[in-house]
Amino acid sequence: MELTFIDIIRRALDEEMDRDAAIYLLGEDVAAGGAFGVTKGLVDKHGTNRVKNTPISEAAITGMATGAALCGLRPVLEIMFIDFATLAMDCLVNQAAKYRYMSGGQLSVPMVVRTQVGAAGGAAAQHSQSLESWFIHVPGLIVVAPSSPVEAYGLLKSAIRLSDPVLFIEHKRLYAMKEDLPEGAGPLPIGQARVARAGKDVTIIVYSAMVRTALAAADNLAKEGISCEVIDLRTLVPLDIETLLKSVTKTRRVVIAHEAVEVGGVGAEIAARLGSLAFEELDAPIVRVGCPFAPIPFAPELEKALLPGSREIEKAVRELIA
Amino acid sequence: MTDLSLKMLHRFYEQLWQIRFFEGHVQRLAASGEVPGFPHLSTGQEAVAVGVCANLTEGDMLFSGHRAHGHVLAKGSDPYATFCEVIGRQDGLCQGRGGSMHLVDVSTGMLGATGVVAGNLSLAAGAAWAAQVANKEKIAVVFFGDGATGSGVFHETLNLAGLWQLPLLFVCENNGMAEFTGREEHSDVAKVSAFAAPYGISAQTIDGNDVLVVNAAARSAIQGIRAGSGPYLLECMTYRMAGHYVGDAQHYRSKEEMATMKEKDPIERLRLHLLAKGDSAEELEAIMQRVKAEMTAVVDRARKAAHPDPATVMDYVYSADFPGREENAKWN
Ligand SMILES: Cc1ncc(C[n+]2csc(CCOP(=O)(O)OP(=O)(O)O)c2C)c(N)n1
Repeated sequence: MELTFIDIIRRALDEEMDRDAAIYLLGEDVAAGGAFGVTKGLVDKHGTNRVKNTPISEAAITGMATGAALCGLRPVLEIMFIDFATLAMDCLVNQAAKYRYMSGGQLSVPMVVRTQVGAAGGAAAQHSQSLESWFIHVPGLIVVAPSSPVEAYGLLKSAIRLSDPVLFIEHKRLYAMKEDLPEGAGPLPIGQARVARAGKDVTIIVYSAMVRTALAAADNLAKEGISCEVIDLRTLVPLDIETLLKSVTKTRRVVIAHEAVEVGGVGAEIAARLGSLAFEELDAPIVRVGCPFAPIPFAPELEKALLPGSREIEKAVRELIA
Repeated sequence: MTDLSLKMLHRFYEQLWQIRFFEGHVQRLAASGEVPGFPHLSTGQEAVAVGVCANLTEGDMLFSGHRAHGHVLAKGSDPYATFCEVIGRQDGLCQGRGGSMHLVDVSTGMLGATGVVAGNLSLAAGAAWAAQVANKEKIAVVFFGDGATGSGVFHETLNLAGLWQLPLLFVCENNGMAEFTGREEHSDVAKVSAFAAPYGISAQTIDGNDVLVVNAAARSAIQGIRAGSGPYLLECMTYRMAGHYVGDAQHYRSKEEMATMKEKDPIERLRLHLLAKGDSAEELEAIMQRVKAEMTAVVDRARKAAHPDPATVMDYVYSADFPGREENAKWN
């Protein structure tokens, strides 16, 4: 049966809650289904004790999830938009990420923060950002960014079972995407990138919704005789550098694409790592594709003008090959 | 208040001195460069720590802030391991990873101090929530200064604690100062306890320099919380006899103010109380000397403790089940 991204996340949460009584959901309107309906109906099965609506207090609810995680619960917190994680930064960056280290390993924070990124439909500058690079900068956090419903199912299950805080980044343009959940699907490995399409001329490194975009670009480029290898990172921390190096050694050319602002983005980090680890393997400079250095605009034609898509990836690849 | 045994009163007296001497050593060694970072002393505020913690069990969960030495000791942590942590040694509570502002001792329920003002409040609420869902009689306690009330998360947490009826004791140590400025420059709300009522939380402002007053108020608040009556805010009016941090020249304090310090000293006040109850000055002097000698021995031992091995610097960033562990260790 085909399930949407939203349905599949809900199923993963439901199954994990069945498996482990320590899992609690909390967030704004989660018992009411959440802003996107991800948690719809879970309260009916698991009760208001385990599926808790909270006030609009991002700082305090993130702190509460962290404090509860220190004391035996495994909270899954929803921050409705990653733009609002700004209000929870003290807890995420100063407390949750560092607790294990600062306590000399006495405590850990098994918490998942589900949040949502991306521009779509005029959500504009404060509901569209892709802020993931801020979090890969913080030791102690794990950052997961699935690219499809089935991927999200397996990665969320794994994230929930880890002992350290995970930022689980969903993309709003993927929410309606449908896939069959294969029989026997289970947790997927954290920290292992996936070759989403094998190729030999160029490696395109992507994650989250950009994987779908890169696959479309690869299709188009194939018609021109350019063979692209598309790598879905799946997790930004830990970063599977081995898989990237293997691919780069084969293709000798790299494009890194993300919807986030190009400056200071995940691509900058990967480019630097590959540049120092695989300099000899590269036939051309690493190229990044990302958002120009501007906020996400409101008007649809402006939004479209700003967002990098398959056209930008194709252009980058063609220039690399030329 | 009057039903306290002499044994209990002597225990308080010991504990107050224990904290005072502990921090005296911190101050002394900081001056000679042996204490990394900037430790904050609770000198003058010890009665709050001792009076509150006397009513806690090992299972109760404690959170504190940047001025935490007293709370940690009063909750029962080993002074040696605590001192080792403050001077950054391997035998420290956190193996030298935390230091003065980030003391954690799971064995006593001291679940964490934080160097970010007000950063501990919501964590304590989370711990209280965990206790609530586990249906245990455990409670969470959080110590914070009056300065924390200017932070949004203080209000968010009060709201949530009241709304969810969390088993949580908020203890405000109102020393009238936040760093170098007085409360009047931070808020027109003079009493911190006034913030509680709008959120449906019971509260009281008490003399925080009288350990007997603190003990009695904490006892009744904690009994109520354990009985299920929800959170409570205890505002303890106190006085920071030391600077904001070790090395603070305290230009903002007048000579007159400094001269009146002794009257506020919680140790002196308990001493006078005990004398009035019939203890002899010699007896009390003997208790003080014993604690002093014990603490000196602890500090001498701690100063000889091993420093952490630099090769272990990447330990504890992530848990054992973190898939990127090996890769992470390579950074070093
Ligand atoms: C969020 C934050 N802002 C500023 C500081 C710097 N700072 C450290 S202690 C302090 C004053 C805190 O006053 P109060 O909460 O009353 O506690 P006290 O120092 O009086 O014990 C400040 C501003 C900090 N640690 N955290």
